[in-house]
Amino acid sequence: MAAISREEVAHLARLARIEMTDAELDHLASEMDLILESVSRVQGVAGADIPPTSHAIAMQNVMRPDVVVPSLTPEEALSGAPAREDDRFKVPQILGEE
Amino acid sequence: MSEQIIHQTAAQMSADLASGSVTAVELANAHFDRIAAVDGDVHAFLHLDREGALAQAATVDASRKAGEKLHPLAGVPLALKDVLTQKGVPTTCGSKMLEGWRPPYDSTVVTNLKKAGVVILGKTNMDEFAMGSSTENSAYGPTHNPWDLSRIPGGSGGGSSAALAAFEAPLAIGTDTGGSIRQPAAVTGTVGVKPTYGAVSRYGLVAFSSSLDQAGPCARTVLDTAMLHEVIAGYDPKDSTSINAPVGKMVEAAKKLDIKGMKIGVVKELSGDGYQAGVLTRFNEALEALVAAGAEIVEVSTPSFEYALAAYYLIAPSETSSNLARFDSMRYGIRIGDDGSRSAEEVMNMTREVGFGKEVKRRIILGTYALSSGYYDAYYGSAQKVRTLIKRDYEAAFAKVDVLVSPTCPTTAFKIGEKSDDPLAMYLNDVATIPINLAGIGGMSLPCGLAPEDGLPVGFQIMSPALKDELMYQVGGTLEAALESKWGKPLYASAPELAVK
Amino acid sequence: MALNYDQAIDLYEPTLGLEVHVELNTNSKMFCGCATEFGAEPNTQTCPVCLGLPGSLPVVNAKAIESSIRIGLALNCSITPFSRFARKNYFYPDMPKNFQTSQYDEPICVNGYLDVTIDTEEGPKVFRVEIERVHMEEDTGKSLHVGGATGRIHGAEHSLLDYNRAGIPLVEIVTRMIPGTEKYAPEVARAYVAELRDILRSLGVSDVKMEQGSLRCDANVSISPRSSGVLGTRSETKNVNSLRSVERAVRGEIIRQANRLQAGERIIQETRHFQEESGETRSGRSKEQAEDYRYFPEPDLLPIVADPAWVEELKAALPEKPSIRRKKLQEAWAVPDKEMASMVNAELLDTVEETVNLGAEPTKARSWWLGEISRLANEKAVAPTSLIQPSEVAEVIALIASGELTDKLARQVVEGVINGEGTPRDVIEKRGLKVVSDDSALMVAIEAAIAAQPETAERVRAGNVPAAGALIGAVMKATGGQADAAKVKDLLLKHLGQG
Repeated sequence: MAAISREEVAHLARLARIEMTDAELDHLASEMDLILESVSRVQGVAGADIPPTSHAIAMQNVMRPDVVVPSLTPEEALSGAPAREDDRFKVPQILGEE
Repeated sequence: MSEQIIHQTAAQMSADLASGSVTAVELANAHFDRIAAVDGDVHAFLHLDREGALAQAATVDASRKAGEKLHPLAGVPLALKDVLTQKGVPTTCGSKMLEGWRPPYDSTVVTNLKKAGVVILGKTNMDEFAMGSSTENSAYGPTHNPWDLSRIPGGSGGGSSAALAAFEAPLAIGTDTGGSIRQPAAVTGTVGVKPTYGAVSRYGLVAFSSSLDQAGPCARTVLDTAMLHEVIAGYDPKDSTSINAPVGKMVEAAKKLDIKGMKIGVVKELSGDGYQAGVLTRFNEALEALVAAGAEIVEVSTPSFEYALAAYYLIAPSETSSNLARFDSMRYGIRIGDDGSRSAEEVMNMTREVGFGKEVKRRIILGTYALSSGYYDAYYGSAQKVRTLIKRDYEAAFAKVDVLVSPTCPTTAFKIGEKSDDPLAMYLNDVATIPINLAGIGGMSLPCGLAPEDGLPVGFQIMSPALKDELMYQVGGTLEAALESKWGKPLYASAPELAVK
Repeated sequence: MALNYDQAIDLYEPTLGLEVHVELNTNSKMFCGCATEFGAEPNTQTCPVCLGLPGSLPVVNAKAIESSIRIGLALNCSITPFSRFARKNYFYPDMPKNFQTSQYDEPICVNGYLDVTIDTEEGPKVFRVEIERVHMEEDTGKSLHVGGATGRIHGAEHSLLDYNRAGIPLVEIVTRMIPGTEKYAPEVARAYVAELRDILRSLGVSDVKMEQGSLRCDANVSISPRSSGVLGTRSETKNVNSLRSVERAVRGEIIRQANRLQAGERIIQETRHFQEESGETRSGRSKEQAEDYRYFPEPDLLPIVADPAWVEELKAALPEKPSIRRKKLQEAWAVPDKEMASMVNAELLDTVEETVNLGAEPTKARSWWLGEISRLANEKAVAPTSLIQPSEVAEVIALIASGELTDKLARQVVEGVINGEGTPRDVIEKRGLKVVSDDSALMVAIEAAIAAQPETAERVRAGNVPAAGALIGAVMKATGGQADAAKVKDLLLKHLGQG
């Protein structure tokens, strides 16, 4: 019984913004099946009374004072830009929202 | 001279620099010569920063000449894992995605190294974004194990461990999310430490799994590792998870050579089935050496460890899927398919298809799944709870013993290509190293001999309670000294000679 | 035949929900030390953290936490004992990390309310708007779309990104759905945002400039057929940049939805964009396929556990609520409800107060700001406060009180100030507008008038006081209208033995 279908993998790839060929999707779906079967062992191990741990070393209220520190120069900020126009990052047309 | 000097420990190099018998520039050049001679076969480095390194070395020499007080490691060369940013120096994380990226800022680790006068030779190879146990997942080709060039040097930090084993550098920086410092150290006969989570700043460490990642020191001896640990550790206000406490005295602990009366726990769940016979043989010999040194050995059970691997392979991919979202070709890195007709969304899709390797994509998809609505509780949520159980197992164990020990890996170095098509078999390599990352505590791997059946290095793992990293240095230093006196020389001195070009 | 608003309300019952985003006025960003100045040159206020460069890490701005808690307290919220940041994962080029660091199921403030008063046909009525949550997050960068119609995304060939705004602290204030507003839904929406803005301003936590985007409102509107008991599908209208637009957007959306239902079409759950020019909303991204944001606790940040003693301290130090302050001002100034409401609605209460504090009489200050100055502002389509300073208005009022200016002259002075001719004194000087108050100069004019109309003067001397009007008029004419008519009358009557 497959835990995850090819269509589900395609949906995940869309969410993760990775283009995939049909062959890749098929291959990944079968791999994901095996991996998920293995990792699903975590289910039901801990009871409802066990709190989740997100930080192994528990700390809280770590903050910085509201003080301005020097920024990068625009030259530094844009140094890795694949494309730029003046001091802005140039990107392909953005679809969707306005 | 260069042949001799590169085989020294960092501590010896430090002494030689202090006495004036060698300069930092000579030391850097000796290592660049060695790299030129052997790295064609080993492929430990992705990038050499000859100019920056020699400039730093010259500055250190000038300062020394001027009589300034210098850090003991000033002028000692180091190999930096390519996952840490260094201003103006290419940082690829072993990924095609970041080909050509030169970060505009230094990671805190690099800042600390520079402050101490350590000479950074270059950036070392790694599994892409630190995902892997063999360095085969690097977009720039695998690194080869100096003990046997047909074998893997471990991963993800195989470049750093191979550089040490091949005498291309006496010191290296690694990062460890599930064993990426310790497993490479184990299979290359070197020493590697994952400090307590938060001991070393993560600022400038390109995140794989934020709640597990930790940078740490690597070297050929416990003392060298301790010296480097003290340089890179310390509170950093730029990392919210950084621990605001003084750094412990690691060097002092490494030099103690005394473990009388210490209680050492052997983790029952981390040996036996699935462990190579020669690995267990050498592990047990090391235990005997510890007993001979006056320690008491106790068996400890940590029942939740059997779920650690599964929990890890949910937590790390989940965080990865989010951490790696920023690689979208808009602000840095490569951009694919921007021909003027495609939208930003299409270009992102194409770039991520081309820029990421197979393993990275696999984990992003797995993590995206584990976090998606309807599955979160069953996967990510359950894994976070298992994490609590593992933490509690450690707490219970450390109530009884001072440190815990196990073999670092189930096997010695495997052949390149042997497991690359079987992700689950590959993941099993990390079974003994993963639990400490989930609990945030410290761990060390040091060599405990060569497996009789294949003559390859075996790693011995020491785990210490959170914020008590000194303990693993104390035990590690003592064990190293005991084994060396038994062997008559350090293990790394038995490494086969590499062909020199 | 399209339904108008009243017809729509007759048939359908509206339900309203409001999400307000407030940019905090901290010196530095939410998670890094970059400056937050509005209007800086592109990408001059960015660093590895707010550009989302690989390896960078966030650290929370303590002032932002404090401001968020103060906002929560001012909105009668509970401050949660344990609060956390989470990552909201979705891709968008103006968001450097492709996740927004926000709060999800553990926000910092919950369960508050805000009462707003609306003028209804039955008199003032209080509506309680329940606040579900107040949470912290970070702003996105700004994109400029090039190549298509000006600034529009559609048809643009490429986009240009400036990340100066990325990482500026935002507080999102989310109401529960507000039922029972009936036909006053647009007014309630407006009054809520106005009241919220006044509170935020009194707290000093934000510039609250809707036109600059430091306060932004999204309006969720749904309608359901009367007595159907069915909750309608809601739309979310964004891009609402003024108080007036809030009201127009809600009204427009109710009309649009009613007409769709009336035509047998269904309402789509979607994001819509308010069009300032037409007052209508336009469809944006469809939310039919619900986004899966894959929230999880932000591993790079630690929980916020607010010390109850500190929260109490912040609570005790909160400024007076604007509604209470208004009540006090109204009593002190002795102005009727209607006048008070007009000042509030015109957003001129603070300005009037400032003018009064500079010595002006409240009724005078109100009538200048709401009358002449507002009229001129309307003509120029700008805010009254952008035309003239309260200190200048107070000065003009003082000059009238001392008799140095007449009302008529004062209007010319104000006009001069607005035209950029300088301070009131400058205008008086340059235009020569000063009231002729010098008695001897006036007496010359009076004697000249008597000499010109001796018979009229005689009649006044004989006790026919109203006859003095002709003489006064002559004096005023001779002085070019700059004399104070009352003073002229006074002097004239005295001179003719009738004083």
